[in-house]
Amino acid sequence: MQFTVASSPHLTPATSVSAVMLKLLLALLPGVAVYALLFGWGILLNLVIGCLSALVIEALFLFWRNRPVKKHLGDYTAIVTAVLLVLALPPLTPWWLITLGVFFALSLGKHVYGGLGYNPFNPAMVGYVIVLISFPTELSFWPGQLGLFGDFSLVDTLQYSLFGSLGEQTLDGISSATVLAAIDNGFSQGLTLAEIQQQAAFGLLGSAGFEWIALAYLAGGLWLIQQKVIRWQIPAAIIATVTLLSAVLWLVDSSQYASPLVHLLSGAVILGAFFIATDPVSASTTRKGRLWFGAGIGVLIVVIRSWGGYPDGVAFAVLLMNIAVPMIDYYTQPRVYGHSK
Amino acid sequence: MPELTLGSTLSGYAFLILGTVLVDNFVLVRFLGLCPFMGVSKKLEGATGMALATSFVLTLSAICSYLVNSYLLAPLGLEYLRTISFILVIAVVVQFTEMVVRKTSPLLYRVLGIYLPLITTNCAVLGVALLNVQEQNSFIESALYGFGASVGFSLVLILFAAIRERLEVADVPGPFKGPAIALITAGLMSLAFMGFAGLGGA
Repeated sequence: MQFTVASSPHLTPATSVSAVMLKLLLALLPGVAVYALLFGWGILLNLVIGCLSALVIEALFLFWRNRPVKKHLGDYTAIVTAVLLVLALPPLTPWWLITLGVFFALSLGKHVYGGLGYNPFNPAMVGYVIVLISFPTELSFWPGQLGLFGDFSLVDTLQYSLFGSLGEQTLDGISSATVLAAIDNGFSQGLTLAEIQQQAAFGLLGSAGFEWIALAYLAGGLWLIQQKVIRWQIPAAIIATVTLLSAVLWLVDSSQYASPLVHLLSGAVILGAFFIATDPVSASTTRKGRLWFGAGIGVLIVVIRSWGGYPDGVAFAVLLMNIAVPMIDYYTQPRVYGHSK
Repeated sequence: MPELTLGSTLSGYAFLILGTVLVDNFVLVRFLGLCPFMGVSKKLEGATGMALATSFVLTLSAICSYLVNSYLLAPLGLEYLRTISFILVIAVVVQFTEMVVRKTSPLLYRVLGIYLPLITTNCAVLGVALLNVQEQNSFIESALYGFGASVGFSLVLILFAAIRERLEVADVPGPFKGPAIALITAGLMSLAFMGFAGLGGA
């Protein structure tokens, strides 16, 4: 009789990288569904382009580095990076810009550091910031709510993405400023906040359309915490500091600073808090450290939004706090059992 | 430096320091002082010592070069000797710092080694002195500008050293090992600091 001999460890952990990443993608589904319903085919097309480029680019890098291609492609980390990057980009983006972003995310963000587990910076945000700084005009073009069954069909979207042509539509006809850009521009034109909030970009709670996407992300994020895929500290710290700081500014001068609700439900705060900042590799790893990390991101988001040149600051805030992570971890090491501090 | 029009007020000073530390960070935005940034950032202790020594030298040399410029060079009409006399002032301040460090902390003196005299050639130090003249900063502004520059330098140097200690154990591909990955990391840090662009200013 033959027995199979297996080497230790004999108890395999219940969570693998691929299971965690799959759950993350699953949690993003409601947000993506609402996004597509409100803003049309663009986001779905972008996701397909992003994932395809991620698979090809990741496979190339793995091949060059003599790593098992199939095994590492199967852990979905490249897909997650691409999906987060695409969700940060506007829904109508040329295909080459997405591919370029994914390339920089996976090369400079991940593989030059030795691949998964070693990158000090969040790869998706590295890719996003590089394309944001390189192509500011493309990235400031946000379409209005085109709808999945509206005038702007899948063919129109494909045409724009592949060839950059809008067909019969005009750029002004479909574009609409985001709330944060509207606030930034309005103040530089000398408008008060009340005047700016008359604009179409503002919805019921925060930003028209984006508020519902943010709420869908919130639902997905809470599910992730319940599934113990992410810990509560980072999202809680980010949301708490953004709320607190923007509330203080708003109470001091509500004609100059947007309300906390606008801050939370526009831009990428909810997506960033639950899905981007919680990246297990580049975020802080200690319990107290996570709170500091999240609080730092929250403060930087409000500072960059209120006084900085860029309308939204989530990506910069995450990268800036990534710089500080080794220091945070160093100073928040938990006490070893049986030893005094 | 649009904040300088507010120069006389306290908030103007606060903006001057904040702007020099974050928005116009000498290492990550102005790309000055890269040699010690790359050279002494392999270990956290060395980086901390270097940050302290450079901060001291930067602030002191900013003050001294302001005094030399406005009370020696300007009255005598010798502005064309500015660069060379600033280098002389910096060399003296560095020598002074070296003597102090040697007496007070032999351990730090050994850790810093060759890098202490090399502060003389740190372009950030000369950069601060020359930029102070160019911006026509007053005495207090010059001192604060030097102080802000040194705080910004120390901040990124220490954070960078902590990242590099972690990179030591990373599985970096052969061609990127050592200075290459350090330069890439510095580039990504600089990218992150671009988020501060326009802060408090325009």
